[in-house]
Amino acid sequence: MCGIVGIYLKSKKFEKSLGGMLSKMLVSMESRGPDSAGFAIYKSDKNKIYKYSICLNDMSFEKFKKEMKKKVKLTNIEKNSDHVILKSVETPNKILPILEDFSIISLVGYGKSIEIFKQVGKPSNVVKKFNLDNFSGTHAIGHTRMATESAITTDGSHPYSTGEDECLVHNGSLSNHNNLRRKLKKNGSKFSSDNDTEVAAGYISDSLKKRNLKQTLNKGLSDLDGFYTFIAGTHSGFAVLRDEIACKPAVIAETKDYVAISSEFQAMAHLPNVNNAKIFEPEPGIVYSWGK
Amino acid sequence: MILDLKNLKLRSVNEKLQNIDRKKNKRDFVISNPEGNHAICAGLTENIDVTIKGHVGYYCAGMNQNANIVVDGNVGTGVAENMMSGKVHVKGNASQSAGATAHGGILIIDGDASSRCGISMKGIDIIVKGSVGHMSAFMAQSGNLVVCGDAGEALGDSLYETDIYVKGKVKSLGADCEEKKMSKKHKTKLKELLKKAGSNIKPEQFKRYGSARKLYNFNIDNVSNY
Repeated sequence: MCGIVGIYLKSKKFEKSLGGMLSKMLVSMESRGPDSAGFAIYKSDKNKIYKYSICLNDMSFEKFKKEMKKKVKLTNIEKNSDHVILKSVETPNKILPILEDFSIISLVGYGKSIEIFKQVGKPSNVVKKFNLDNFSGTHAIGHTRMATESAITTDGSHPYSTGEDECLVHNGSLSNHNNLRRKLKKNGSKFSSDNDTEVAAGYISDSLKKRNLKQTLNKGLSDLDGFYTFIAGTHSGFAVLRDEIACKPAVIAETKDYVAISSEFQAMAHLPNVNNAKIFEPEPGIVYSWGK
Repeated sequence: MILDLKNLKLRSVNEKLQNIDRKKNKRDFVISNPEGNHAICAGLTENIDVTIKGHVGYYCAGMNQNANIVVDGNVGTGVAENMMSGKVHVKGNASQSAGATAHGGILIIDGDASSRCGISMKGIDIIVKGSVGHMSAFMAQSGNLVVCGDAGEALGDSLYETDIYVKGKVKSLGADCEEKKMSKKHKTKLKELLKKAGSNIKPEQFKRYGSARKLYNFNIDNVSNY
């Protein structure tokens, strides 16, 4: 199963309530995915500061902070439950190898606008733990997981981020992920889990070097074998794709203020003015995108 | 009687509708705030009228017998699945597998229905005023599927004895499905179905599709394959 949700704001009206909107969506998708939950939230990226989203696992925040301060110039470091958002003007080229040296922590995402939080447990607990209701932003993507092909761990939770300001959530399963992982590794991609979705995220990141998101997903139709509804996020928006057989559900509601997508309509039933929204199912094999 | 799902539990609403007291003459119900819940009005058996005000989730009006159910909104997967009799009218769009495996009754969808509409249908009449998605009427056994818009890929794949009528374009026909002659008998039947759905489109504007009967009939030439 698994539940996927996303909101893209077309106007500034709901920016402050974005976290609250997404939070309710995730909680209502608990029935589709009680094992773990996660979300990526994008804030406007006018400044040049990079944000690194890190799961501390068992490392203490104080120790991590102290060690990072020794190594890099930090603009800010903020703890949110067992996650940390580290802000720095230093580029990923410099920071990523330093973070890799800590064997215990996991980097869950980085970029100028993205922040990612994910953890095992019921979605209702996860959103509470990270205070998702208090987040603001321009667009956001979330996932509730019912684990199938890999373990219930933080690394096995969605969203997966394998590139700057990129993320992917997935409902479904891929059957050619092992082959594809080997190919991508040869090209220099790195993976932190055995999860199939991480491979799809790596595939998208790799392809985005040469193509835009829409072209990438269209190419994915022939390269990714399996069942899927994907929501792929970038700094400016997100795109949705269902495989051509369309076993995995998705429904989209669009108003003048926002576009929302979820696995089931009930996740959107609480959204403002949703009963007057244009509601439709994305057609199989067609890429839908919002933002640039 | 108004049943508000904001205050009432779905299970208690369904139980109420499934256990109608025949001595009392209450036959009209409105369900408000369905908010995408699943299995609303599943398993109804009495001749009652229920209007659902809003969008619903999966398997709405599943297994229906006798009841007349109107959904003033969209429906999720499997509306009227395995319906036996009665009427289900969806004013919005339907998700996949609408009317799946249903034995009888009538399902009217004012908008579009997505993939696998009427999959394995066994006697239901389905009228879709919009278009249907891929693999519609897959392994359909009996009954009628009327599509006033277009049909997606592989229409009527592995079809048995369902009649399919499509007014618009058919993207492709599935295995063993072919265009058939529209006889007077079929035009009369189609006219009657369209009338039930409140449509005045002329039957002549439709094409009929049915089974070529090559897949499921025993064929002596193939005996060595068995």
